[in-house]
Amino acid sequence: MSGRRTETGGRIDRLRTIRFTFDGKAYTGHAGDTLASALLAAGVTLFGRSFKYHRPRGLVAAGVDEPNALVTVLRDGTREPNVPATQVEIFDGLVAESQNRFPSLSFDLGAVNGLGGRFFGAGFYYKTFMGPVIGPLKGTRVWMLCEWFIRRAAGLGRAGRAADPATYERVNAFCDVLVVGSGLAGLVAARAAALEGKRVILAEADATMGGSANWSGERIGGRPADEWAEDTTAELAAMDNVRLLPRTTVWGYYDGNTLAATERVSGHKAQAAKAEPRHRTWTIRAGTVVLATGALERPIVFPGNDRPGVMLAGAAERYANEFGVLPGRRIALFANNDGAYRAAAALAAAGAGIAAIVDVRPAISEGARMLAGMAGGELLLGHAVTGTQGGTALSGISVRRFDAGRPTGEARALPVDCLAVSGGWSPVIHLASQAGQKPVWSDERQAFLPPEPTQNWLGAGAFTGAAITAEALAQGRAAGLKAAGGKADRTKQPEVEAPTLDPAPAPVFEIAVPDGREKAFVDFQHDVTADDVRLARREGFVSVEHMKRYTTLGMATDQGKTSNVPGLAIMAAERGVPIPEVGTTRFRAPYASVSLGSIAAERHGDLRPARLTPMHDWHVEHGAVMQAAGLWFRPQIYGLPGETVEQAYVREARTVRAGAGIVDVSTLGKIAVQGPDAAAFLDRVYTNTFSTLPVGKARYGLMLREDGFVFDDGTTWRLGENDFLMTTTTANAARVMQHLEYFLDVVWPDLRVHLTSVTDEWAGAAVAGPDARKVLERAVTGTAVDDAALPFMGIVRGEVDGAPVMVCRLSFSGELAYEVYCGAGHGTHVWEALVEAGEPFGIVPYGLEALGTLRIEKGHVTGSEIDGRTTARDLHLDGLLSKKKPFIGSAMANREGLADPDRLSLVGVVSLDGRPLNGGAHVTLAQSGPGGLGESIGHLTAVCYSPALQKYVALALLRGGSALHGTRAFVSDPMRGRFGPVEIVSHHFFDPEGSRLHG
Amino acid sequence: MLIACPYCGPRDVAEFTYQGDANRPRPDPASTDLDAWNDYVYQRANPAGPHREYWQHSGGCRSHLLVTRNTLTHEIAGVAFVRSAPVPATKPAPAAPRKRPASRKAKP
Repeated sequence: MSGRRTETGGRIDRLRTIRFTFDGKAYTGHAGDTLASALLAAGVTLFGRSFKYHRPRGLVAAGVDEPNALVTVLRDGTREPNVPATQVEIFDGLVAESQNRFPSLSFDLGAVNGLGGRFFGAGFYYKTFMGPVIGPLKGTRVWMLCEWFIRRAAGLGRAGRAADPATYERVNAFCDVLVVGSGLAGLVAARAAALEGKRVILAEADATMGGSANWSGERIGGRPADEWAEDTTAELAAMDNVRLLPRTTVWGYYDGNTLAATERVSGHKAQAAKAEPRHRTWTIRAGTVVLATGALERPIVFPGNDRPGVMLAGAAERYANEFGVLPGRRIALFANNDGAYRAAAALAAAGAGIAAIVDVRPAISEGARMLAGMAGGELLLGHAVTGTQGGTALSGISVRRFDAGRPTGEARALPVDCLAVSGGWSPVIHLASQAGQKPVWSDERQAFLPPEPTQNWLGAGAFTGAAITAEALAQGRAAGLKAAGGKADRTKQPEVEAPTLDPAPAPVFEIAVPDGREKAFVDFQHDVTADDVRLARREGFVSVEHMKRYTTLGMATDQGKTSNVPGLAIMAAERGVPIPEVGTTRFRAPYASVSLGSIAAERHGDLRPARLTPMHDWHVEHGAVMQAAGLWFRPQIYGLPGETVEQAYVREARTVRAGAGIVDVSTLGKIAVQGPDAAAFLDRVYTNTFSTLPVGKARYGLMLREDGFVFDDGTTWRLGENDFLMTTTTANAARVMQHLEYFLDVVWPDLRVHLTSVTDEWAGAAVAGPDARKVLERAVTGTAVDDAALPFMGIVRGEVDGAPVMVCRLSFSGELAYEVYCGAGHGTHVWEALVEAGEPFGIVPYGLEALGTLRIEKGHVTGSEIDGRTTARDLHLDGLLSKKKPFIGSAMANREGLADPDRLSLVGVVSLDGRPLNGGAHVTLAQSGPGGLGESIGHLTAVCYSPALQKYVALALLRGGSALHGTRAFVSDPMRGRFGPVEIVSHHFFDPEGSRLHG
Repeated sequence: MLIACPYCGPRDVAEFTYQGDANRPRPDPASTDLDAWNDYVYQRANPAGPHREYWQHSGGCRSHLLVTRNTLTHEIAGVAFVRSAPVPATKPAPAAPRKRPASRKAKP
């Protein structure tokens, strides 16, 4: 293990040592290190095994573009897989492990796949497993057999199974100018806009602002560029109108200049602060966006280019300058452009030996030549690297003359432990591509440059193809001023001291070695080789979209950041067409991996809003098991000690039928429908007539949708001539409100009706049972409640223990029953008074289970039957369809298909084997069992044990409906293994004449 | 996407509910012409370009708005209260003549 840390230099804090673990081994690094730089400093070259061939892989990059060094970070019992080691900031106690290796990283059995590489080329799965029938085995059958092994062998990190204890949050932000990227262009853009007084957000994906200023080694205004960037950042931080967002990746550009970003808030800390989320997703709405996202260096494709120790030149420079780590002791560079020369000089200055600079170009600029002199080592112009040697670390490279696009002459061996490669630069145009036209190919820069915007953004810096820092500063200031609506500033920019280099690379993307046996990789992360691209062409997958899907190039977690352009270039060369003719890559969000947790944020678990009725606490205190019903919580049962759920609801339902029960109905949707045309409006929205309803009476009503299917039902009370109180089902309350508002706004704007949602204003309690009237007589004052004063569907106003109430006599249970409504604030007071008044009659509170049982016994429908697919006829509610007036859905309800007697229609079902029935089970006429399932004629919608019938019963929607009454059939529920005989009966199981509710 | 509610001001699309195509005249309520109702309930032109549609500011003032939105770019050319923008008596000419399924009246 050789130490690779330089004696001095770098932006790390050498006084702070940080301890962490990688693959079970303890390491140390310094504050400011990434996992990649700290391991590299410790002499680690092997970071992972490749996706398909399990080849040993090392670091290629130093930033978000890293394709190889993916690790899993273990924390609090959870696993975060597929994180580039270059993106993990180390902290004390960090535990990370490598991926896709067995049993260990250095000895990986899966590497045997590499030997079969010939067979695992592009299209391997399609050809092998979709092929002809071989004996008894169909291609797909073979696939199923092999899938398990292949899935284990090929892959990335493993997701964890444990629940994630971390929290995530979402935040909305607004600004005049959003600057994406805090390199020098971004910094000066933010500063220029901020000085104009605009609200500015500056987002930087890395931990430190400054971008390449942190490792370029250039000088600005007579000072090192990183110090200049630090000072500018401090100046911005001190301004009230600027928000700096480090560790924040802007990954999506959406309509209306809305951008999505994820901030890594606490994952890099040993201990998250209290209430600090792990990630925070920002939705940023910006007046103008300045894209200063920089550029990513491209590798060159050549045989053995994936050997650990082969990395990008800019990354090598960054490890040396920013982290004080030498990626090798004896380094060669390989380039098609001038950029690598600055890296060579920087590596030499940091103490590395430069063996050679290999350049495919026969001639280079003066600036490059000067840097080569500073770097030392051989300058091999018109040469190319044609091979690499070594196992899990590079030991040498082969170099040949490179002439007219081909390697010629004898190979020369150079012993080196690091090869730094530069194949040119690709501007990071991902966000621009999401908010712009097609990217534009530049022959001069050999890169796709930003497209014409379709949204409000400006570009600056390397993103635009700017190659030198002075240009980036000028562009940044101009973009910042323009975004802020300020005047152009012609004052002098600070002086930049940097070598003068030629920005144009040679158009060389691949060093193709004829009969080369070694693979040359285009996409490291998905193990796609240059030969795979050629194979795709031979088999006709020549456009970019086809090539991408056939070879999977660019489809890994790095989304082809380093591989897209080389892949296109190789395909273009094979076809003999210019690169843009192969196609341009459009980029979709997200730019980098985003945690699903940060998108869901608070929208799960405990942070979902809970709607509680006014009597909620009483229910809980009295033993209720609360059940979620949408956002509401309602009592399921009020269980006694030792009772099962079934025992509890059977007891509750039985008590209601025998004496009295009370149930909380506050959750019902309630809408005040008021105005001179309220009655006319209700006539149009309900299938039945409400204009004839006398004041002080209620009526059950049915609503259809425009297509003629049943929408909702409920009672509506006429409180005054122009004043109605509509109740809806709990689940549909919001939808009904929206439906009514639509018709008033859009269809009948002439109607003078006002709607108010009053669901939360009223508390409701239903008292049901033969003794219900006696309970009310004891509780209600100020009004009589006898049959004359309060007939069925009548409404009276009175008081319960001083609280004003409204009482309506209506029944869902089939018993004599009353709904008592009061102001929500009096809810518990009135409820307690009613319970107390019911004590002599043995009143019990009952929950949803008993409520359901009582309604099933009566054959009343709810959401289980009003499922959006049933008509009034299906539910035997066609008596409510008025023939005297049109209503919403009246014409469509008469469509021929909706009158088909074969439609599913409501019936009752009784279990004949004395066993419980399952909701959702199918019903068959033929005997059905595990050995053979009969043909389904429908399904059970609601099930219970009926204490009144002393049988297990269900409501069902069956083909044929009432014609089946008296028929023996079978339930068929293969999922839960429930089969058995049933009898189909009327859905009115109990008291079909309704004598009881008239008490 | 931002919708400039005439009452509340520009608001994020998350506050709104899409309430359908605004280019479909509703038949007279008393009409029993099933073809007309079928067109109203089911047939949509689905144009690629400017489209008049209803949005309700359900997370705000709850007004229904008539929004002219380009379905290709999400560019919004106009927003008005539906109540002050009368429903079209006749439907604008669709981009291409619509074919009615011939078998609609036949029993499946």
